[in-house]
Amino acid sequence: MNFSVRKGFFSYGNTPILRDVSFSVAPQEVLAVLGPNGVGKTTLLRCMMGLLRWKSGETLIDGTAINRMSHAELWRRIAYVPQSKGTALSYSAADMVLMGRSARLGLFAQPAAEDRRIAAAAMEQVGIRHLGSKKCSEMSGGELQMVLIARALAAKPQLLVLDEPESNLDFKNQLIILDTIRRLSREQGIAAIVNTHYPAHALKIADKALILNREGQSLYGPAAQVINEENMGRAFSVQVKIQDFLYEQQCFKSVIPIAVIS
Amino acid sequence: MKRSLAIPLTILIILAPFITAVLCLGIGRYHLDPAETLRVLFSPFSGYLPEPAAISVIFNVRLPRILLALFVGAGLSVAGASFQSLFGNPLATPDTLGVVYGASFGAAMTLLFTHNMLLVQAAALATGLLALLFTTSISRLRGKTSIIMVVLSGMVVSSLFQALVSLVKYVADHDEQLPAITYWLMGSMSRSSMSGIILGLPIILAGIIILILMRWRLNILSLQEDEAQSLGINVKRLRLAVMVASTMITASCVSMCGQVGWVGLLIPHAARMLYGSDNRRIIPVSVGLGSSFMVVIDTFARAATAAEIPVSILTALIGAPFFILLLRKTGGAKL
Repeated sequence: MNFSVRKGFFSYGNTPILRDVSFSVAPQEVLAVLGPNGVGKTTLLRCMMGLLRWKSGETLIDGTAINRMSHAELWRRIAYVPQSKGTALSYSAADMVLMGRSARLGLFAQPAAEDRRIAAAAMEQVGIRHLGSKKCSEMSGGELQMVLIARALAAKPQLLVLDEPESNLDFKNQLIILDTIRRLSREQGIAAIVNTHYPAHALKIADKALILNREGQSLYGPAAQVINEENMGRAFSVQVKIQDFLYEQQCFKSVIPIAVIS
Repeated sequence: MKRSLAIPLTILIILAPFITAVLCLGIGRYHLDPAETLRVLFSPFSGYLPEPAAISVIFNVRLPRILLALFVGAGLSVAGASFQSLFGNPLATPDTLGVVYGASFGAAMTLLFTHNMLLVQAAALATGLLALLFTTSISRLRGKTSIIMVVLSGMVVSSLFQALVSLVKYVADHDEQLPAITYWLMGSMSRSSMSGIILGLPIILAGIIILILMRWRLNILSLQEDEAQSLGINVKRLRLAVMVASTMITASCVSMCGQVGWVGLLIPHAARMLYGSDNRRIIPVSVGLGSSFMVVIDTFARAATAAEIPVSILTALIGAPFFILLLRKTGGAKL
């Protein structure tokens, strides 16, 4: 599946938020969306999935505009993992993941044994089988995030959209989430679009990057090229150093903020 | 809940409406034991010839009333559980949208002019639906509806109709009409007759069936709007369907027996404390618990004293302490 946005434009009232945004992702690709707080990263995700309407421009799946697709048709292909801010709902993890089957079931249908099996497999894939009966309201941030990813996978999507999946998590959980996204895209051929605050995370897992700037402008290209010191400095108003760190034949990139540019 | 208890308890909840109905059919000034009640109940098919008085008491007096109580209890409980999921708020009740006072206004207004119960019912149903229409159209802002707007408009519409009900009471004739209206508002199943419930029960039944069929979707509706939408459901349409189904139930209940409080809050909570949050279980359990609870309460209302006690007084008097007990024991059930 090829997912692309062509000349997307969006504004709240007269304030333009996104201008002339274009990009595309293919199977096995990970696209990272980078930008400072409040620049419109979540708005971009909502627009491109049709949860908000583009003022102009369009989103295409294999050349078909998504607003010409039915609800269920669209959400069988795309799965969305929202920012997890913790939840007060006390559904068990298994019930929560099962909800991912919704787009594939009729209005009055109840999930069957087959759906439960797929949901269990999705939980297995991200390594949270053991959480099955734990209530979402009693989970840690990392556990809940994995449950939401499993729920998205239960829909058997071709594109996974994640909104800041690793924010608010500790190192270890961040690493688990990033590795999971990378692995899913490599092994299952799922495309992924990930919002993140961390340039280093984008360098770690993304093939492509889209950088949103304050003025609504955007930069798009291969991650290793676009995420450079100059672009980061301009987007975040921070002087940045990017360094390679070699460890056992593997190159790790670190992005070091030096000082705020006033 | 312990696993070993789960299955017997579930069986009990399924059987409860039937058991309580048969027991309560026999209770009253004309007493019948359960076996005799069953024989009378099946006499049209079995050829058994009971006393004419028994036939008259069971079929003309108690059966319509108990049927009404079963349906009202089940309906209000299911509507309450659905609204609690829809609004993501454990305190939502069937009258969150202003439907109860809307329907009450229609009924009170009609009672000024006539005592024909069919007319009263029809008017209550119509104004109940009108209240829903008001609430949904007020809450639409630039083509969009947010849940918080729905709740606020529901409050406004509710107090508007409450004021209109007061107005009707104020202008009513103090000797005859006012007591009738007041008594009617307090809720009672005593006016039920076969012809009266034939209009209302199918509407309640239809609402219950719709909500039972959509019970799994109710889980998804309780999530954030974007989240629910991204799970491939049409949130706007589904919300409207739930609201209409619940309103049909509520307005129909009010139209037949006035205001019956507490059930829509009490029963879904009890169900959640026993079975957790999953609406696939909560909705059917609410049917079983709600219907049997209402039958017991109503039997108490008619048989405990020589005079009839209004149902809503009993639901509050029995419901509130029971609710407190449940809350203290389990620490409350979250949505």
